[in-house]
Amino acid sequence: MSDQLIYASEVFLNGLMAGVLYALVALGFVLIFKASGIFNFAQGVMALFAAMTLVGIQSGQVPFAHLINAVFGTKIHHFGWEVHSIIAIILTVLVMILLAWMVQRFIFRHLVGQEPIILFMATIGLAYLLEGVADLMWGSEIKKLDVCLAEGTCLPQGINLAIDEATFNLFGYGFFIDNLDITATIIAILLVTALVIFSQYTKQGRAMRAVADDHQAALSVGVSLNYIWILVWSVAGFVALVAGIMWGAKSGVQFSLSLIALKALPVLMLGGFTSIPGAIVGGLIIGVGEKLFEFFMSSGDLAGALFGFTMNATENWFAYVLALIFLVFRPQGLFGEKIIERV
Amino acid sequence: MLDQAEGYVTADGRKIGGVVMEMKNITLRFGGVEAIKDISFDIREGEIRAIIGPNGAGKSSMLNVISGFYIPQVGQVFYKGAPRPPMKPFEVARQGIARTFQNIALFEGMTVLDNVMTGRLTHMKTGLWGQAIWKGKAEAEETANREVAERIIDFLEIQAIRKTPVARLPYGLKKRVELARALAAEPSLLLLDEPMAGMNVEEKEDMSRFILDVNDEFGTTIALIEHDMGVVMDLSDRVVVMDYGKKIGDGSPDEVRNNQDVIDAYLGVSHD
Repeated sequence: MSDQLIYASEVFLNGLMAGVLYALVALGFVLIFKASGIFNFAQGVMALFAAMTLVGIQSGQVPFAHLINAVFGTKIHHFGWEVHSIIAIILTVLVMILLAWMVQRFIFRHLVGQEPIILFMATIGLAYLLEGVADLMWGSEIKKLDVCLAEGTCLPQGINLAIDEATFNLFGYGFFIDNLDITATIIAILLVTALVIFSQYTKQGRAMRAVADDHQAALSVGVSLNYIWILVWSVAGFVALVAGIMWGAKSGVQFSLSLIALKALPVLMLGGFTSIPGAIVGGLIIGVGEKLFEFFMSSGDLAGALFGFTMNATENWFAYVLALIFLVFRPQGLFGEKIIERV
Repeated sequence: MLDQAEGYVTADGRKIGGVVMEMKNITLRFGGVEAIKDISFDIREGEIRAIIGPNGAGKSSMLNVISGFYIPQVGQVFYKGAPRPPMKPFEVARQGIARTFQNIALFEGMTVLDNVMTGRLTHMKTGLWGQAIWKGKAEAEETANREVAERIIDFLEIQAIRKTPVARLPYGLKKRVELARALAAEPSLLLLDEPMAGMNVEEKEDMSRFILDVNDEFGTTIALIEHDMGVVMDLSDRVVVMDYGKKIGDGSPDEVRNNQDVIDAYLGVSHD
């Protein structure tokens, strides 16, 4: 096997794992969009908020420390304890459920039956509000997320070496795959499987699908829309937390995290706004596509020989151009419901 | 023949029981328009009660009041003898009132079986945790509910399409699936909003037979809205006739048929 091909397959694998993260963010979008028709622009900020809350709780930060200090003239910043990651994650999940309840109670309950564009605007407002609250609560400095993911303590370090060795024996070339990426992929697969089982086989899952399909009919079989919407926002919050942990572990918890929401948009256009498998496949395609495209276009041997020029930083725009092409030729995405407007 | 407390016996010998649902002086307004004007009537246990009237008479509004989709400005709804406070449609459903819709409201993406199973939601008591962990109780509950759903699917003769997504079914079958979903709730009151609208003669006959069978087999109390006078007269035990939001007749099909106001409404005598 030629070196180029082996190198390309390593790029392919790394792309798959980046795709898992895109897919997770897109999944949060799809959940809320299906159940309530709300396009939740705040999904990315929810991931940021979740990650910051997790780090804050873990490191024993006092929430709203700056505000409290400014008002009361105190100088507190830390409780002086550290919380175990598992407990911190559980507490963060509770915070996300509380957030879901507040979003439903104070925003969307008052907007039932409004135009989609108004609901969308409300989520833009929510995104900025949440970003501000996150800043006020936990401060704006970049933080290190230190769940077991980051140090590779969840998986034994040996795995990396084993993969390296196996691929070396096979191809005469050692793959480098980040431990974090493997963990992220496994967690994502578990999460998606759990979600699918939940929505297919449980009472609440069935009610969720019912609400996604027809509000009136759902009411008539005794489903409380309010309850289901809080449930869906909570699940989306949980998915955001998982995405936030992974992203944060990779590149630190910082405000640019909220921008991953933008990368989820092309994923949604590819996969369709209403399809959970679509979000996954779309995420993987974008992840792999942009990494491979970058690899081919920046390599003088390939692109240079073929086109006579090379391009760099294609990762920045590849996903969006792909989404544009999809919008023109297949606006419902790969798996979305076909859009039929009757006149 | 009609005894207030005890009920009555129908022409074909079925015993009709006490009052399940009573509407007292219901008035419903949309802005300045009065859709329902001071209407009172009752629905008795085990009977097939029809609400008929020309287009725009307020029949559907009345059904929506019963099922909680609309809340009347004036009047009181009594359910099983007790006054019912204003409640949301899903709360009404949990009290045992199931309904179908004029324009079919099914879960199009789900299979027939799944649709019928949603009708059992009010009977599933396991909480979120029990469901999530899925052990013992939740499992037994699912099995029991599945049995009820299958029995109703058999009863309405839709076994052949159990696993078909609803979106692919023809109109007449969709109507039947909707009836199955409502029946799956084992309601104490079943509301049917124009169950035969848009059907051909054969489908109408099928549906009539199913409605009679449901009433006969399960003893379900049924209130239905229908446009087609002929069908209603054959099906129902008692009929309320509405016109322009007012009640213009109430009684057995024969009484209603001979009521001068009803004849006028249907033949279109001008309103002064």
